[in-house]
Amino acid sequence: MKEPLLGIENVTMQFGGLKAVCDLDLSIRKGELVGLIGPNGAGKTTVFNVITGVYTPTQGRITFEGNPISGMKPNRIACGGITRTFQNIRLFTRLSCLDNVCVATHPHRKAGLASAVLRTPAFEKDEGALKQRAMEMLEVLGLAEHANEPATSLAYGQQRRLEIARALAGEPRLLLLDEPAAGLNPQESDELMHLILDIRQRFKLTILLIEHDMKVVMGICERIAVLDYGLMIAEGLPAEIRANPKVIEAYLGEETHSK
Amino acid sequence: MKRALALGGTLLALVILNIVLPRVTNPYYFQVLMLIGINIVLAVSLNLVNGFTGQFSIGHAGFMAVGAYTSAMFTLKIGQPLAASWHFLPAPVAEGLVLLMALVAGGLLAAVAGWIVGLPSLRLRGDYLAIVTLGFGEIIRVLILNIDAIGAARGLPGIPQYSTFFWVFGTAVLVIVVARRIATSTHGRALFAIRDDEVAAEALGVDTTRYKVLAFVLGAFFAGVAGGLFAHFLSYLNPSSFTFLKSIEVIAMVVLGGMGSISGSVLAAIVLTLLPEVLRSVKELRMVIYSLMLIVLMITRPQGLLGTRELDLTGWFHKLFGRRADPKGAA
Repeated sequence: MKEPLLGIENVTMQFGGLKAVCDLDLSIRKGELVGLIGPNGAGKTTVFNVITGVYTPTQGRITFEGNPISGMKPNRIACGGITRTFQNIRLFTRLSCLDNVCVATHPHRKAGLASAVLRTPAFEKDEGALKQRAMEMLEVLGLAEHANEPATSLAYGQQRRLEIARALAGEPRLLLLDEPAAGLNPQESDELMHLILDIRQRFKLTILLIEHDMKVVMGICERIAVLDYGLMIAEGLPAEIRANPKVIEAYLGEETHSK
Repeated sequence: MKRALALGGTLLALVILNIVLPRVTNPYYFQVLMLIGINIVLAVSLNLVNGFTGQFSIGHAGFMAVGAYTSAMFTLKIGQPLAASWHFLPAPVAEGLVLLMALVAGGLLAAVAGWIVGLPSLRLRGDYLAIVTLGFGEIIRVLILNIDAIGAARGLPGIPQYSTFFWVFGTAVLVIVVARRIATSTHGRALFAIRDDEVAAEALGVDTTRYKVLAFVLGAFFAGVAGGLFAHFLSYLNPSSFTFLKSIEVIAMVVLGGMGSISGSVLAAIVLTLLPEVLRSVKELRMVIYSLMLIVLMITRPQGLLGTRELDLTGWFHKLFGRRADPKGAA
């Protein structure tokens, strides 16, 4: 049996007395587009934080491409092929759009600090390659014309796209998207759905998606896992999840955007 | 070819000014000029830590002191006798070589101090980091006060005046070039990313630990070199030159110029070195007016004179002389 790309095994994340994530088992196979849904406070972003190394799981382990990664520092995990976007946009506010994306290419640099100070030909070539990679990402996300503008001058929807461009520039194999449709109008979420499918195919990505917008979730996810109070209460195909009574109960009283 | 010309031209200008300036300016003006040069090195080096990387370091005078005393002791114990034995070299060259070695020694030891301060401070943010750096600065000063071998409270006299215009402004140019080259490289972007959002920077693969320590070490190195230049200019060192107040003076330059702007730091270093001198005529009101001006400037323009932008001198040049300005503009 083929090994999963990402393996979350018996993972518990406990903060003092609070179990934000409780005994989670989740495997993601290469190339999948998996959705992670649940009411607010269910522990979804905590799962992302555990995967990306912001937290070390209290119990359990996480493997990526067969190697254990729980407890590794976030920058090592990012260099290892997992990048993410954030629920509340975390752009580098004083940098241009291009520079924001360039930061993500930093792990792929070849020239060291000495070369940068001495401005060796190797350095110039390296810088050119990094900038070119960043520009390509901007073009894919339709932001090339804003390359030299401050990131904060972009409209909200464009800033969300910039974060995705940034996450892509690191050449990840697993992309974690945290509520990419938050705050987008119906047309923008439509475009987002097409965008996600497009980049998945183009860059051969595996994607794990946290999302509240049910149209997006049901529209593009191949498989959905549902969290509630830190526990996984359901996992399966979109049609199964939609009809699952436990899932419906968890969302009772919450406003859903299902169509 | 272009770079060789720029380097050659700069060196030539420095050599010529080095010969001409002491003869045409009066000693007071020359002294102020030298202090401007030293303050430029201090301000730009602090900008690497506070401006580029967003680390709240308020103990810069400590690194300056380490560099000053180290280089002075090097010259007094090793350098001067060495220069005396080099009969085959003309005096300015021998002295310059000794100064170079002394500055490197001072800078390296200050860099080590920067590393020692940088490492534990990595786990601290904002105010807590500031307290640690403040504490370090004070520890250095008090240590010096209590070491008899380097003069303690009496100070360290008799340091040969090897600092010339060439060395002071040569260092200033060097620090500016180094800072600019870092800023416009992927390493600079990593520092800026840490400043703007450390969590996001780490999530994108930036080794924030390594870069924060790097900023501290580099900033400390140049502060140490500035200290060495200071020691070989003033000819006498006293721990009272390296108090917390001195750290604050350098911070004022970085903040006034705009955190993250190299040309801002240079401009502010010039302005804030000149200002107290220009205000000497107002005698008692001097520090009052100085302080008031700082307050007014910070209220009306809190981002500093240049914010995070750089002075685009080539753009102005082209505008003045008719050619199309470079559209890239501010960095």
